[in-house]
Amino acid sequence: MATRYFGAPIPRLEDPRLLTGRGTYVDDITLPGMLHAAVLRSPHAHARIRRVDVSRARQAPGVVAVFTHADLPPALAGPLPKLIPHPALVHHKTQYALAADKVRHVGEPVAFVVADSRYRAEDAAELIEVDYEPLPPVVDLEAAVRPDAPLVHEDIGTNVCAHYTQRVGNVEEAFARAPVVVRERFVIDRGTAAPLETRGVVAQWDPRMRQLVVWDSTQAPIPIRNGLARLLGLSQAQVRVVAPDIGGGFGPKIMMFYPEEVLVPCAAMQLGRPVKWIEDRRECFVAMNQEREQIHDAAIATDRDGRILGVRTEFLYDAGAYIPYGLIVPIVASTTLPGPYKIPAYHCEFRAVFTTKTIVSPYRGAGRPHGVFVMERLLDRVADQLGLDRAEVRRRNFIQPHEFPYDVGLIYQDNAPLVYDSGNYPATLDKALQMIGYDRWPEEKARYRRQGRYVGLGVACYVEGSGIGPYEGCRVTVEPSGKVYAATSVGTQGQGHFTSFAQIIADVLSVPVEDVVVTTGDSGAFGWGTGTFASRAAVVAGTAAHLAAQAVREKALKVAATRLEARVEDLVLEGGRVYVRGAPARSLTLGEIAVLANPLRGTIPEEWEQPGLEASRYFAPPRGTFPNGVHAALVEVDPETGLARFLRYVVVHDCGRVINPKILDGQIRGGVAQGIGGVFYEKLVYDSGGQLLTQTFMDYLLPTAMEIPEVEVAHLETPSPLNPLGIKGAGEAGVIPVPALFAQAVEDALSEFGVKINEMPLSPSRLRDLIRAAGPRSSP
Amino acid sequence: MAGGAAREARNRGRARAPAGPGVSVSPVSRQEVAVRINGTVYRDEVDVRTTLADFIRGCAGLTGTHLGCEHGVCGACTVLLDGEPVRSCLMLAVQADGAEITTVESLGTPERLHPLQEAFRDHHGLQCGFCTPGFLMTALAFLREHPHPTEAQIREAIAGNLCRCTGYQGIVEAIADAARRMHGDG
Amino acid sequence: MKPPPFRYAAPTSVDQALALLSAFGPEAKVLAGGQSLMPLLNLRLVRPGVLVDLNRVRELDYIREDDGEVAIGAMTRQRTAERSALVRRLLPLLADALPLVGHPPIRTRGTVGGSIAHADPSAELPAVLLALDGSVVVRGPAGTRRIPAADFFVSYLTTALAPEDLLVEVRFPAHPGAGTAFMEVARRHGDYALVGAAALVRLRDGRCQGVRLAFTGVGPTPVRVAEAEAAVEGRELTPAVAAEVRKVVAARLEPDSDIHASAEYRREVAGVLAERALRRAADRAREVG
Repeated sequence: MATRYFGAPIPRLEDPRLLTGRGTYVDDITLPGMLHAAVLRSPHAHARIRRVDVSRARQAPGVVAVFTHADLPPALAGPLPKLIPHPALVHHKTQYALAADKVRHVGEPVAFVVADSRYRAEDAAELIEVDYEPLPPVVDLEAAVRPDAPLVHEDIGTNVCAHYTQRVGNVEEAFARAPVVVRERFVIDRGTAAPLETRGVVAQWDPRMRQLVVWDSTQAPIPIRNGLARLLGLSQAQVRVVAPDIGGGFGPKIMMFYPEEVLVPCAAMQLGRPVKWIEDRRECFVAMNQEREQIHDAAIATDRDGRILGVRTEFLYDAGAYIPYGLIVPIVASTTLPGPYKIPAYHCEFRAVFTTKTIVSPYRGAGRPHGVFVMERLLDRVADQLGLDRAEVRRRNFIQPHEFPYDVGLIYQDNAPLVYDSGNYPATLDKALQMIGYDRWPEEKARYRRQGRYVGLGVACYVEGSGIGPYEGCRVTVEPSGKVYAATSVGTQGQGHFTSFAQIIADVLSVPVEDVVVTTGDSGAFGWGTGTFASRAAVVAGTAAHLAAQAVREKALKVAATRLEARVEDLVLEGGRVYVRGAPARSLTLGEIAVLANPLRGTIPEEWEQPGLEASRYFAPPRGTFPNGVHAALVEVDPETGLARFLRYVVVHDCGRVINPKILDGQIRGGVAQGIGGVFYEKLVYDSGGQLLTQTFMDYLLPTAMEIPEVEVAHLETPSPLNPLGIKGAGEAGVIPVPALFAQAVEDALSEFGVKINEMPLSPSRLRDLIRAAGPRSSP
Repeated sequence: MAGGAAREARNRGRARAPAGPGVSVSPVSRQEVAVRINGTVYRDEVDVRTTLADFIRGCAGLTGTHLGCEHGVCGACTVLLDGEPVRSCLMLAVQADGAEITTVESLGTPERLHPLQEAFRDHHGLQCGFCTPGFLMTALAFLREHPHPTEAQIREAIAGNLCRCTGYQGIVEAIADAARRMHGDG
Repeated sequence: MKPPPFRYAAPTSVDQALALLSAFGPEAKVLAGGQSLMPLLNLRLVRPGVLVDLNRVRELDYIREDDGEVAIGAMTRQRTAERSALVRRLLPLLADALPLVGHPPIRTRGTVGGSIAHADPSAELPAVLLALDGSVVVRGPAGTRRIPAADFFVSYLTTALAPEDLLVEVRFPAHPGAGTAFMEVARRHGDYALVGAAALVRLRDGRCQGVRLAFTGVGPTPVRVAEAEAAVEGRELTPAVAAEVRKVVAARLEPDSDIHASAEYRREVAGVLAERALRRAADRAREVG
């Protein structure tokens, strides 16, 4: 196979469309007779609904319909589907399309208004009278697990919906005999993905075709299609779900079902007119799933050389008001924690807790930043205590390159054993240290201090689970025009699948990459799949695309062999043509072969399998593949104002073979930017009543070009043995180690103050608190 | 859209002038507006509360201008008003009556990109593409005023536009390169 | 997030605008640049009956030198002021502060008068006006009057303007020979600052004179701290004097805590910025002197 595109930093094929304003996002879809919806949401964190009166709203100008829970068909009246069950999840409570008798978080949908414009739908929503009986909110995570805590779901008698423990080795014995033991509490607070495009749904019911078409800003169109069919009493063939251009996802757009994802199609069918609902930014803050809140009580035991004997963490995971997505985030947190280190004894135990806050489901990183924060902070403490170099402590504990596959001894989020497939952790660290100038750092730091500047260096390591199953598929078709069409259900939210999948296919079929047209995220184009999450699209769908293209290639050779009266082994596929080796004039174009493969007379030989120059293939990896990386950075802190900024940022990343370095670097840099947002700018603040105080971009601060530094990226390529392309996932890598790295760098910058950082995110004000609390030397 | 159905632009003339200073004015709930967008005048009678962004997207059908926050922070809806960048979510359509609006659709086409758009493609200055039109319009106005900008100037100029995908590096590089493509090395 | 219903009028003269304000009183709301009001409308946090849009009142768009002051028409865009050579020459403090107001597309629409009339205590321009001892010109049913900045800012988002009044001009005194500086700490560039400090100082034989210190973000209005000014007046800006300024500023200010910063943080950082702004202002005074 001639590799022309795989590994090449080619510009993206989708860019000209997106750059000229010709993308199609959900809000860009306008249909004749379309109506617009607005959602009335709970202003209370916790309340019983005594009465909902929509009579005035129904009379309001332009209003076509108002739905409350009482107006829903029976199939939509109960709790929405439970996703990803787990034996430990004993109380799998899920959300309602519209609140029945209770609301459990600010922003929970109570009524759904459909009118001739969004303006008038919002006007009418204000006329709905809801009689709420406020109930005590459950906001504080630790308070929520106390026996006297008010109950989010009374019928289960507790706010703890899951209690799950995994163990490796004899942890008690390891801690008992260890000469060095460090215990710390680590707290990570809430954040939100805040994609620039909020969620949105447009639905159209065609009574003649008896087909429902739904445009949904989702990361998982196929599960949405399947669920909608079941909930609405239709066959899957009658429902087409399209995830068109999506303005960023980052995790929360995979949750199904958001209430609006069933309300909009239901209203469109009932009213016989297309209905559009676009989440506004304020809704996005309360109604789109959030993440990150966890409290870890963790400990590490080492020998006198800093070699790890045991690690333990017991943590609380804030699930929010419902837990549709199951235990993915806390399982990922606890299984990411061991990282690149050999840990002979490990105990991780968590309780998933209901609170009266917005639902939690994975946001880029999905527990990985937490695990890495806890592990790296513990190692930093060990280095401090033993007076060891922090890089050296890590080096002493690395899994070595010859030890792969390495069985960590845990069960991962895909229910498969956590086995690292490949990697070279010492090399990754060495490269990062070299790039950041680690050897010269003591002198550099002293030089900054002489200038009156407080600059710290941080370095953090991680291993990321990626590319898990269950499966994805791809259909590759060569049409008589010679153009190649590929379809996969994996949707794209900016990751460049139109290009990276085309690169994979173009190489196999030996055609120009521009001739490969990829369709993603349309159940009408490809109907099997799960979705874009867990850094898996390139690995799983990319491999499926590779396998499908190979099948098409084999078929092209078979069909051509018949026509050219040659043996398959004597044929060459090159430049979009198949020819007989040594006799290039005896040739057929792929387009000509496509015509031959779909004859009007004659027959289809059995070995052709199916008509047409087409094949569908699925890739179902038994377990995930594990990229790794090291980030290093210099952070300057102004101790008087608490301001901090990144002076340099270095990433060394190993995700196996690289399909498109340009796209990969973009994924890394974007992840780092979100990570930086999450450590110093972005924080969702709830008051004690459960009100979210940060409901605008004026209060929830996404970093801008002024806050995000240039990110220098280097790659190692340790191929994965688990797929034919040797690739691993990369979508979440950038965000994962930023909290650990930032904490270490700030501590280093403020070393003379003795500041200890066990929490994220920070802010200038909080940093000043820590400096003040650190002691009498706090006034510089 | 609060207004009626979109009407095709009927002429390319200037929109009518507002009332003279001596005449008394009374408040209205609906008003006819004519806005010239990318050289074409779009007329519609709108509810006066209709934002300029909704007029551009709904009445004119130019959906390249995106709404990311509707409170003036994200910059996705940035367009040029008489050549200067503004948030179209923070203006009413009636305020743009008689004005000249420039949106992303006025730049290149997929087949023939504007040099700024080419630079964004070549430097991977976009991922999901949602914030991109706002960045392009902000950068277009900025480069007119600063044909040979420094990196620091570029970063400050685009600090009012949020991108959640790229980490900004590709955007900053693209704008620097676009300056060279459009104005030479200076 | 769509604005609630309202009625709209776009006068083209101050007289027309005043007639509308008289006719509709508290029901009316003035729309200037809209960069603060429009978000509030979109969020439905304000519900005016009538929106009186000043953007077609051309007579309020000017910057001119007048009697030792720079008179800026209320509807002058912040971007226009930022680009004004007159502002740069006579009002270096305003020139310092303007680039910190939001971002260029915000300043394209945002007006000088709108920012002053909105009276957000975290905003830059009210503090600049206060530091320079400026004033505003107001027209109302009883005619035209001038209100000093110190009397104009009454409380959070509240001014001495009556519902029928229109702020038509903002007057910033030039302080020839003085050095000035505006510094702030914001979470991000372009945000409302957590704390900001405006300093003005003259130097005579190395000693500070005519010191003015005004702060943003530390109370319901922009505030001057007379005790801190007095602590520097007539003295050299030695480390001991600077430390005293910090202490006095921190002691005198009574900021609130909010989600972005604690009261204690704001007090401390106001002191830090007071010292830093004074130093820079003194350096500049040395240059101009």
